[in-house]
Amino acid sequence: MTQATAPATGSPSPASPAVHKDGRTTERSLGRRLLARPEVGALIAAVGVYVFFFTAAPSFREAGSLATVLYQASVMGIMAIPVALLMIGGEFDLSAGVAVTTSALTAAILSFQLTVNVWTGVIVALIVSLAVGAFNGWLLIKTGLPSFLVTLGSFLILQGSNLAVTKIFTGNVASDSISDMDGFDQAKSVFASEFSIGGVNFKITVFYWLLFAAVATWLLLRTKFGNWIFAVGGNKDSARAVGVPVYLTKIALFMGVGAGAWFVGMHLLFSFNTVQSGEGVGNEFLYIIAAVIGGCLLTGGYGSAIGPVIGAFIFGMVSQGIVYANWNPDWFKAFLGVMLLVAALVNLWVRHQATRR
Amino acid sequence: MTTNGSTPGATLTKDTAPEDGKPIVELRGAGKSYGNVRALHGVSLAVSPSRVTCVLGDNGAGKSTLIKIISGLHQHTEGEFLVDGEPVHFTTPREALDKGIATVYQDLATVPLMPVWRNFFLGSEMTKGPWPVRRLDIARMKKTADEELRAMGIVLDDLDQPIGTLSGGQRQSVAIARAVYFGARVLILDEPTAALGVKQSGVVLKYIAAARDRGLGVIFITHNPHHAYMVGDHFSVLRLGTMELSASRDEVSLEELTNHMAGGAELAALKHELAQVRGVDVDELPEEEDLTAPVAAAPEETS
Repeated sequence: MTQATAPATGSPSPASPAVHKDGRTTERSLGRRLLARPEVGALIAAVGVYVFFFTAAPSFREAGSLATVLYQASVMGIMAIPVALLMIGGEFDLSAGVAVTTSALTAAILSFQLTVNVWTGVIVALIVSLAVGAFNGWLLIKTGLPSFLVTLGSFLILQGSNLAVTKIFTGNVASDSISDMDGFDQAKSVFASEFSIGGVNFKITVFYWLLFAAVATWLLLRTKFGNWIFAVGGNKDSARAVGVPVYLTKIALFMGVGAGAWFVGMHLLFSFNTVQSGEGVGNEFLYIIAAVIGGCLLTGGYGSAIGPVIGAFIFGMVSQGIVYANWNPDWFKAFLGVMLLVAALVNLWVRHQATRR
Repeated sequence: MTTNGSTPGATLTKDTAPEDGKPIVELRGAGKSYGNVRALHGVSLAVSPSRVTCVLGDNGAGKSTLIKIISGLHQHTEGEFLVDGEPVHFTTPREALDKGIATVYQDLATVPLMPVWRNFFLGSEMTKGPWPVRRLDIARMKKTADEELRAMGIVLDDLDQPIGTLSGGQRQSVAIARAVYFGARVLILDEPTAALGVKQSGVVLKYIAAARDRGLGVIFITHNPHHAYMVGDHFSVLRLGTMELSASRDEVSLEELTNHMAGGAELAALKHELAQVRGVDVDELPEEEDLTAPVAAAPEETS
């Protein structure tokens, strides 16, 4: 209300005498405006899941369990953020899961084979990951094919290359351990260390996860680029017509996913010293699920960076909660499927309630 | 130049318009082929400051192709396209915008799910702060958008509402206000009145006149000769991709314009055809006129 009236007093226009309201729209209530936020549905679901496991699994209530849940959520959540931004920008990336493995393998094999400081491998892996993202975006724009097809192609290419290239260099399905190489401890402290709050050890990825979410939120809501992300996802042709660099925005979003894959890949590498070349398949769907549970629209143009954080947190709670409740972990995927459907329906209902006039 | 050049409104414009008579945008025998389809051929057009150039034509006449060339979405394949006397070849709409050519598209070029103020500044956002933390100046954008919209007589309670919730006329007005605000020297309006009611069309025509008075050159694309004649200084009629008529206001009457627009002789033939096809209707027409009042009063009870 103040937004609408304040500028009017300073308005030089002779056409609007003092405060003049249209009057055909009424101010929506605070509750309804809150419901219009994309991540509120997920937040309600997260509270529900938390309460559920809190009552069902006694060991879930310990602080140490929370740290485990958050760790699980953060490893997935770090990738879910750029994937969500890409979805808001109207595209998918099915290669996101194996791209993580590709990045880790690149760093591991390069460092080991050339016997260089691991930081060299880390930098080269970043370049490779960004290049994979840029390639996806470039191919999408050049061919005009849907991103589903383009990234399905790159998914298969990466998956095959991961296995084959690893075998060429190591004769094995896993990369050689790099734990005794120069710079390993330093890199481990950056990508895979722990920190302690009140006697509970948290993995450093939890910190990065929340930091990246904050940066992504700022980027999305407070910068020019964020405006462009919404625009290219909401209406690509309109965005181009008013001068938004659509191609640049899309390529940058794919490269953002590449950067996320690099970061998670480095975390996995420095946590476990080696990388299994077959890993990562199927994770791309988990990222997309986290984004959808977090309120991102599959068709683009709507969503937030906080949503996937909550989505990943739900994922972490479910995957660990089942273990703490002593259930058969085979049920995990089934539970996740139910969560996805419920979240999608809640989001649909919430948006309908919020935008109803 | 018309008398508008000396109105007080013209002195308000800050940009340096070229000297009178020098067109900002000029097409000389321009054309466009898509493969072996010639969508546009031999079109000459000049847009001067403070003048409204109307481009009329039926569906498929090449109007859309013409604007797409001028606005930088497509490139011409023949003839010349000059801006300020310099030949140009735009490859993106951004280049046209940088030259001061703004287009309000038929489909409005808005992103429905985005708030009004974000749409208003889309592609030309106001920012503050040094580079790594350069951010949107949201307060200033909202204030400016509100002022500009009010200056156009559009009052919105909530600039945060998605633009998709506005009516067609409101969205059209937001799009025009946007183009005028961004210091356009040439404003291209693609059938701005096509989807509007009578009153809203009047409002849009008023904005066209207002933009002209501010010293903008306006290209007004329409298929309604009545709307064109209300504001136009120069009329170009396109038909089947070529120019059928190019005349200034004092050379052509509304009736002539309507005739040209419909294709003169073709219209006569069409009338003849219609009379044959709809023979029954023609007989009924006068009857309907006579019976209008009674029928409206008591449609059922007469029998």
